[in-house]
Amino acid sequence: MAWAVAQAPDVVDGATRSVELVWSNGLGLSIELRLDGLALLMVLIVAGIGVLVCLYALRYFSASTPGLGRLAGPLVLFGGAMTGLVLSDQLLTLFVFWELTTVTSYLLIGWTDGSARSRAAALQAILVTGAGGLAMLGGIVLLGEAAGTYRLSAIVADPPSGTTVSVALVLVLIGAFTKSAQTPFSFWLPGAMAAPTPISTFLHSATMVKAGVYLVARLAPAYGDAAVWRPLVLTVGLLTMVIGGVRALRQFDLKLLLAYGTVSQLGFLTVLLGAGYEAASKAGIVVLLAHALFKATLFMVVGIIDHQAHTRDLRALHLGGPGWRGTLAVAAASAASMAGIPLLFGFVGKESAYEAFLHDGDGWAGVVLAATVLGSVCTVAYAARFVWGAFRSETGRWDDAPEPVVDVPPPRMSFLAPTLPLAALTVVLGVLPGLADGLVGAALASLYTGDPSVHLKVWHGFNTALTLSALTLAAGFVLFAARVPVARALGRAPALPTGETGYLWSLRALNRGADRLTGVVQTGSLPIYAAVILATALLVPGIALLGAPWPGWPELTHGPVELAIVTLIVTGAVVVARTGRRFAAALTLGTVGYGMAILFAVYGAPDLALTQFAIETLSVVLFVMVLRFLPERFVRSRAPSTAKAVRLGVSVLVGVVVTAFLIVANGARSEPPISSGFVDRALPEGGGRNVVNVILVDFRALDTLGEITVLLVAAVGALALALGGRRAVRRNQESRP
Amino acid sequence: MRRSVIVDTTVRVVFPAIVLLSLYFLFAGHNQPGGGFVGGLVVGGAAALRYVAGGVDEVQSTFRFSPALPLGAGLALASGTALVPLLLGDAILESAKRSVDVPVLGTVNVTSVLVFDTGVYLVVLGVVLATIVAFGRDEEATP
Repeated sequence: MAWAVAQAPDVVDGATRSVELVWSNGLGLSIELRLDGLALLMVLIVAGIGVLVCLYALRYFSASTPGLGRLAGPLVLFGGAMTGLVLSDQLLTLFVFWELTTVTSYLLIGWTDGSARSRAAALQAILVTGAGGLAMLGGIVLLGEAAGTYRLSAIVADPPSGTTVSVALVLVLIGAFTKSAQTPFSFWLPGAMAAPTPISTFLHSATMVKAGVYLVARLAPAYGDAAVWRPLVLTVGLLTMVIGGVRALRQFDLKLLLAYGTVSQLGFLTVLLGAGYEAASKAGIVVLLAHALFKATLFMVVGIIDHQAHTRDLRALHLGGPGWRGTLAVAAASAASMAGIPLLFGFVGKESAYEAFLHDGDGWAGVVLAATVLGSVCTVAYAARFVWGAFRSETGRWDDAPEPVVDVPPPRMSFLAPTLPLAALTVVLGVLPGLADGLVGAALASLYTGDPSVHLKVWHGFNTALTLSALTLAAGFVLFAARVPVARALGRAPALPTGETGYLWSLRALNRGADRLTGVVQTGSLPIYAAVILATALLVPGIALLGAPWPGWPELTHGPVELAIVTLIVTGAVVVARTGRRFAAALTLGTVGYGMAILFAVYGAPDLALTQFAIETLSVVLFVMVLRFLPERFVRSRAPSTAKAVRLGVSVLVGVVVTAFLIVANGARSEPPISSGFVDRALPEGGGRNVVNVILVDFRALDTLGEITVLLVAAVGALALALGGRRAVRRNQESRP
Repeated sequence: MRRSVIVDTTVRVVFPAIVLLSLYFLFAGHNQPGGGFVGGLVVGGAAALRYVAGGVDEVQSTFRFSPALPLGAGLALASGTALVPLLLGDAILESAKRSVDVPVLGTVNVTSVLVFDTGVYLVVLGVVLATIVAFGRDEEATP
């Protein structure tokens, strides 16, 4: 935060800071950070609200609340990820940060892990935004490949075009829409209100949900005129704005009311920042800032009310008395800013939005204006509903209202304090919007080239925009005054199909599909598994062999010692195949392994021989251990003789193909073997004379690391299976008598 | 479980020698045949001998820790050696060597891969112990 403030003057003057940290040279990945006007605005919002939320959380939770660490960790991680997201100039880095915010959001929504509802909400949020993120990754890759660079600023400066890019844009937009809770993906955001209020304040109103809007804002100047862009962005944004606003009018839970309000406002932001007109973007930036200020405050107020009164139902609340005056003032100022009442910052935003679409908009201007006004009318109505609901008595107004709560203790001053800077900014910027000129201007200049000077004013004279604002306010209050019949009518209206229906349907379909697929693939028949594996081993290299030239038979033997060993191995193998006892088979298999070990030793590979010996010894012991669980003899096969013949045929073929493959592969060498280089480099670079070991732990240490990880996972799996099964058996035995 | 005095005594006598051998393999592995993997297998073999002599309880009274301990410690050591060079600005898994004068043994070349190899050794031992603990119990065996 301090760093961002320190950088602010330079950035406002038009400078940009760039840092490049090379992450992985081989993959061409690097972390490129770039601080320009828009990024600065976002960083200030993220850091500023982050600090206030942390202070607020100090009072919201008592120190003895269990699991606070589990809350604080992801919260800080989220703050970092969000800052990284808005700073990164590289699309892939941006994506990584994007997903980090998704994951931390999941952890934070599901923080109340004892509640099934909050777990379901967390799952829903991560599935929806995760799926969107996947679509976005596809879009990013397509876009980056088409542009030849993943650098965001370069792509925007010189945007590629074509069918591929159109597809890429749609994919990226899907990602942005899921993140910013746009129709039809908006349902996860109200669900996410299961999180504690400080989390909702930070993630689900002020910052994370703005990530999608942010990306849209970045791309809009370049792609505003692309064929797919404007229709898609404007339709989705306007629909979201209106539907969210209407839904908010039905809510009795103050927090849900705000959540739907946020959905509506995000739709508004998508329209403004996504339209791709300079004036609209300017309005969008103002609304973005204003929204962060008032919505975070309102959420904190809800948290205070919830904390003191233990309910958020506006029918039951009637908070009054001297102790509540500060809260009322803060809430009223913020809600009025949300509604767009003059002399508050929200008014400046709304006014410039109307102004923008009165001038630009091609064929869209009429529709956009009408829908924006409609959405804003709803906003006025639910803002009023919020304030009246919380602080004025609504007794007798609603049917089936819960018991009113009385004598709610007012909050301590320190609890309310974090809301004060935000509310103060809302008021100050509302009276003197010129103070934000520099910041908004710099943000605008980072999107559009040209004259970045912005002059925000409260009073533009009597014009159409002012008339629209007045109309909006009047209609909004009428709608609020008629809140009981409106809510009743909305309650009777048939439920609109929401994205949630689709989400639940696809979740069920996925489960059913997975069930069926497992049924088909995992039959539980060992012969079929073995046949599939062997057939794959037969066909894939076998087909490759067909075209390869035959290098001729290699030298078959090096002497009598070798012959003796091979005889031992072959005899062992035949006995294993013929014997009827499992135990004998395991032991005889040991001779095959020891034979191989001797062969290695004879050829001068002591390391291999040692390892082979040790492995054989251990595996015989382990075999014996497991064999005790199985019948002494193999089950006599009752398969028909044709099946037996097929099995024999497959086995022989596998043997032949593997042998042929080895001979061909050995003869097909065209480059000098890599091992000769290793031998020369072992002592000077690896510092060891044992080349095999140097390869294992130095040259190819990453492989070894992977292998021991696999070993560990296998061991843990075995432990879990065996011990878990044992526990289940014991439980059964205990419950039976 | 029926125990054989001869097996019991023999195992007790050779056990320390085998463990010592495994350590020799671990330390000598960089220049002589051996290494962490073989060392781990050999010490695993020693554990298996204990198992043959006295079952899972005998193994657990010899290695008085959960199999998870060497597994986790081993992987932590190995990945730690992998990551430390990254922090120092080198490539991942970059090895370092240094000559140290040890009183009795003379000059010894110590390389950071020894730490890595120790990790491998521990993981392999852990796998063997885990298998024994998981599947070695007698009472459920159905003869």
